[in-house]
Amino acid sequence: MKNVKYILSSLVLSAALVAGISGCGSPDGSPIIQAQDRLRLATTTSLYDTGLWNALEDRFEQEQGIRLDILYAGTGIALEYGRRGDVDAVAVHARATEEQFIADGYGIERVPFAYNYFVIVGPESDPAGVKGLSPEDAFKKLHDSQAAFISRGDASGTHTKEKAIWKSAGFDYDTVATSGSWYVEAGKGMGPTLQMAAEMQAYTLADIGTFLAYKAETGLVPLVEEGAILLNVYSIIVIDPATVEGAKAEKAQLLVDFLVSDEIQDYIGKYGMADYGEPLFNPCAGNEPAS
Amino acid sequence: MTELWQGILRALELLVKFDPEVMAITFRSLGISTSACAIATLVCLPLGSLIHFTSFKGKRLLISIIQTFYSLPTVLVGLLVFILFSRAGPLGELGLMFTPALMVIGQALLVIPLMLGLIITALASLDKTVADTAFSLGASRFQAGILALKEARYAVITSVIMGFGRAISEVGLAMMVGGNIRGFTRTLTTAISLETSKGDIELSLALGFILLIISLVINIALSRLQQVRTSAAH
Repeated sequence: MKNVKYILSSLVLSAALVAGISGCGSPDGSPIIQAQDRLRLATTTSLYDTGLWNALEDRFEQEQGIRLDILYAGTGIALEYGRRGDVDAVAVHARATEEQFIADGYGIERVPFAYNYFVIVGPESDPAGVKGLSPEDAFKKLHDSQAAFISRGDASGTHTKEKAIWKSAGFDYDTVATSGSWYVEAGKGMGPTLQMAAEMQAYTLADIGTFLAYKAETGLVPLVEEGAILLNVYSIIVIDPATVEGAKAEKAQLLVDFLVSDEIQDYIGKYGMADYGEPLFNPCAGNEPAS
Repeated sequence: MTELWQGILRALELLVKFDPEVMAITFRSLGISTSACAIATLVCLPLGSLIHFTSFKGKRLLISIIQTFYSLPTVLVGLLVFILFSRAGPLGELGLMFTPALMVIGQALLVIPLMLGLIITALASLDKTVADTAFSLGASRFQAGILALKEARYAVITSVIMGFGRAISEVGLAMMVGGNIRGFTRTLTTAISLETSKGDIELSLALGFILLIISLVINIALSRLQQVRTSAAH
C-alpha cells in the first residue's frame, strides 16, 4: 500500500514539478492552462515558411505587449479555424474564398497587406518544355506531356490558384486531378511541397516568396513568371465577434494596424533582401494591388 | 551518414549550452507527456484492478476493445479532441483549444487504453493464489487490489513506461490540438516536423536525439523504481 502510494505521489510530484518548470520557462510566466490574454492568428503556410511571421511576431509582442500565437495552416483550414472561433484573425491569400467568408458574416473586413506572384517552378532540364509560356499554356503542356506535377492538394490559397489556372486553361479540375500518376497531391505546406518536387524532379506552383526561400536548397528553377492570373495577394481578416462568439476583434485590429503601419510595410517590402538578393513581398498598405 | 554525426554533435552542443529555446521545448514536451502519463496512471491503476477483480458479462469483449485501442491513430484522437474542444464544439467554452492543457488531455486519452490493457494483463498473469490468500486473510477488494498491483509492479511500471513512450513520441495529436505555436505549444516532435519541412535536417536530428535522451533518463528512473520496490519488498 505504501509502495503504490509512493509510486503515485512521485509521479504526480514529478508532473507538477515539470509543469512548474515549463510554466516558468514561458516568457510571461503564464500557466499552461488558459489562452485568455493571447491573440491567435492562423497564417497561410507560404507566409510562415518564408520566416516573415517569426520576425513580425517578436516586434508585435514587444510593441503591443500582447502574446501572439501563430498557427501554421493553409488558407482552407485557417478559415475553418476562424469559423469555429479557434483564432481571432487569419492571414490568407485566396480572394474569392475570402470574400465569401466575409459575405457569410465570419470576417469583418479583408485588408490586403502584401502581394507578390506565383511562379511555375520545375527542374532545370524542363522536360516538358514550359519555360516562358503563359501559365495556361504551361499547364496544358504539363497535362499533355504527363510530366510529374505536385499539387498542394490541401485547399490552400496556392491550391485554389492552381485550380483557377486549370479552369482558365479550359480543363475541369477534378478530371485533371484524377487523370493519372503524373498528378501528385502532396497535402503539405508550401515548403515541404517544394522539397517534394525537388526529390521527384517534378513541377509545382509556388508563391515566389517561399520559392526564393527554398531555391538554394531545392535547386528548382522558375519557368513561368508572367501572367495576370499569377498575382498573389495576402490579406488579413479579423474574425467578426458578432457571428463568432468570443473572437478578440479589438486585439486583432491592433495586429491589422501594425501590419499596415508605414514602418512594418517598409519592413515587409525589404524582407528577404539580405538573404535572397531580392525582396519576397511588395507592400500594399491596405489597398488592392493592380494586376 | 555525416548528417547523423552532425546531428548528434549539434544535440550535445544544444544541451551543453542550455540553448533557451531548445530547453523550453524540451521541458514543455516532458511536462506535457509526464502530466498526461500521470493522469493516465491515476485512472488506470484503480480501473484496471476493478476490471480484473470483477466478473461481468462481456468482460472479454471489453478487454478486446481496450486492446484494439492500442492501435488508435494519434491523428484520430487528435481529431476527436479537436471536435470536442474547438470553440464551436461542445466543450469549446473551456477555451482550451491550442493550449498545452489540451495536449495533456489528448495524450492522456491516447495513453489510457494502452496502459489499462497492459495493467489488466499484468494482473491476469499473477498467480491466482495472491488474491485468494489476501481474501482469505480478510482483505477487502481494495486491499487485495493494492496487493496485486504491488505483486505485479514490474509489469505495472513497464506499462507506465510504455504509456510515457507513446505520449512523448506522438506528433499527430500534438500538432492538431496544440497547433505547434512557438513558445507555447511547440514540443520536440512538432518542432522536428517543422524543422524538417524547413530543411534544417541537422537541427531536426539534434531534437530527435534529445527526445531519445529524455526517454532514456525517464526509463532509467522508472526501472530504478522497480528495483527499489523489489529490495524493499524482501
